[in-house]
Amino acid sequence: MSILINKDTRVITQGITGKTGQFHTEKCIEYANGRNCFVAGVNPKKAGEKIFDVPIFASVKDARAATGATVSAIYVPPAGAADAIWEACAADLDLVVCITEGIPVRDMLMVRNKMKQKVAQGGKETLLLGPNCPGLITPDEIKIGIMPGHIHRKGRIGVVSRSGTLTYEAVAQVTELGLGQSSAVGIGGDPINGLKHIDIMRMFNDDPDTDAVIMIGEIGGPDEADAARWCKDNMKKPVVGFIAGVTAPAGKRMGHAGALISGGADTADAKLAIMEECGFRITRDPSVMGKLLKTLL
Amino acid sequence: MKIHEYQGKEILRKFGVATPRGIPCFSVDEAVKAAEQLGGNVWVVKAQIHAGGRGKGGGVKLAKSLDEVRQHAASILGMQLKTHQTGPQGQKVRRLLIEDGADIRKEYYVAALTDRATQKVAMMASSEGGMDIEEVARNRPTAIIKVFVDPLVGLTDAQARELAAGIGVPADAQAQAIDTFKKLYTCYMETDASLAEINPLILEGGVAGKAGNIKALDAKFNFDSNALYRQPEIVACRDLDEEDADEIEASKFDLAYISLDGNIGCLVNGAGLAMATMDTIKLFGAEPANFLDVGGGATTEKVTEAFKLMLKNPKVKGILVNIFGGIMKCDTIAAGVVSAAREVRLSVPLVVRMKGTNEDLGKQLLAASGLPIIAADTMAEAATRIVAAVK
Repeated sequence: MSILINKDTRVITQGITGKTGQFHTEKCIEYANGRNCFVAGVNPKKAGEKIFDVPIFASVKDARAATGATVSAIYVPPAGAADAIWEACAADLDLVVCITEGIPVRDMLMVRNKMKQKVAQGGKETLLLGPNCPGLITPDEIKIGIMPGHIHRKGRIGVVSRSGTLTYEAVAQVTELGLGQSSAVGIGGDPINGLKHIDIMRMFNDDPDTDAVIMIGEIGGPDEADAARWCKDNMKKPVVGFIAGVTAPAGKRMGHAGALISGGADTADAKLAIMEECGFRITRDPSVMGKLLKTLL
Repeated sequence: MKIHEYQGKEILRKFGVATPRGIPCFSVDEAVKAAEQLGGNVWVVKAQIHAGGRGKGGGVKLAKSLDEVRQHAASILGMQLKTHQTGPQGQKVRRLLIEDGADIRKEYYVAALTDRATQKVAMMASSEGGMDIEEVARNRPTAIIKVFVDPLVGLTDAQARELAAGIGVPADAQAQAIDTFKKLYTCYMETDASLAEINPLILEGGVAGKAGNIKALDAKFNFDSNALYRQPEIVACRDLDEEDADEIEASKFDLAYISLDGNIGCLVNGAGLAMATMDTIKLFGAEPANFLDVGGGATTEKVTEAFKLMLKNPKVKGILVNIFGGIMKCDTIAAGVVSAAREVRLSVPLVVRMKGTNEDLGKQLLAASGLPIIAADTMAEAATRIVAAVK
């Protein structure tokens, strides 16, 4: 098993005809069961056409009706990306993976509140992963996103991180130790996003095929501390924790819009201390995340 | 992106928030002329830099005659103004704001910002105006009133009233305060701000039992850089003199760069990995000289520009390159590193750690270049080697 996606997941790609969407969709189709998983694309101007043998529909709703797909991947440029997320929610999909980087915060605020309002009014909840994330992968089954497939290996370790390349770093360490991943999830670096560390930790906790988790965070925001506190009371599996940004100066934006230290409690040191208190095995050396995890199995 | 106080006040006025009358100036003569034009007999001479704490640093002075306006303008313009936000080197003052003096009865604080935990807009107000809000939060947290605004609804009358009453605005001025808060909220949303802060927001003296006016005596804004494409009026306010020259240069090449105080330059792909690399350098006994994320689509030109940027910093005694090849292939980066090292005639030690797609090809390219590049397998090894090489 795995979390969120597996070989039976069927995916619609929004922005499949753009340069980035094409490039990554092709790689996703080539990976494992991708040929069967990626069943539709969306572009209102190219409905009826095909790309990589994948049919293009005018809307997410049409694509869902025709193919039964319940997950979408979004590569739409920033100005239209929040609308694309809403379109997927309005079509009652299960999960939307938004890869797009650079979406205005106000657009994310509006769409996140619309999503919550829909659920409050009794509508179906659609989960959102991202935006500004590498996506997620269940090795040897399916990858949705921009991560390099070949560094992964099927296994029983969960990986969750805000950062793309830092996720790859942890994944590669786990693979080199001969362990492998159940699923690896990049939740993205934006301040207003969908699934958070705590949500993914819950899923890994419930997944019978995950034995332990590497949780990677960054400076800024309360998410890692919230997840750690939840784990203290609920997590049945060992967790290795790392937080990037010990050397980051306050008030400077370090590439990720979310990685901005503003108060006092969201520094790397403060988060590491909370994680340790909550029973994580923390490390300040990102080179040893995998090795440390192996000692806990 | 940040802007000056006088620009912030122009934006506030556009949204109907009252401010004192004022005129921005670039010279002493302009300052005197501005005071004459404003009339009256009390003016405030305010340094315009992108940092708070200007008053304490000597950048805000009261003038009771045109001569005093001239004296203060002359002493403030061109000064290296040091505040708790500028760092020890201070920031050169190139612009002034000459403003009407205000008759302050009471000072308040109000701000709008995006709260990532609730995914709503937080409006904060306090009776302790004119003070550092972080200090108030530490010492008198109950003096801060917060409401969380659903952006689908906007700031409601009830919420605005809760703020006004909560900070003790007198009954006869509450309607004005409520109106101001609602206008500030609209301004925050429509300009794609990430922070809009008025500190102090004042209640003027008033006459003959009539409430005075509520006015914004200061204005501090931060804007979401992802939204600048649809905010041309905000972009027009950008003042490059207030930004780090190297960071501006870096942004031209789509590099995310921030200069720091250490002596190890680092070049990394991905923001999280870049921070982790900086942390590893520190863990093994040195300090990073910069944050530099070359992003996902690095080319030879981009890598060369990145090397030039790092080497412009005279403190840099060594460079660590850490690349995790995903979509970006290690051999592409290796070719870029070799060409950059040759072009800039690299004279400081260089450690390269490469992992991921086409790792072996990349390592072969580096080895075959004949350049004295030190290879490393892990981040820890890379950090140990560069720290040893610069000692």
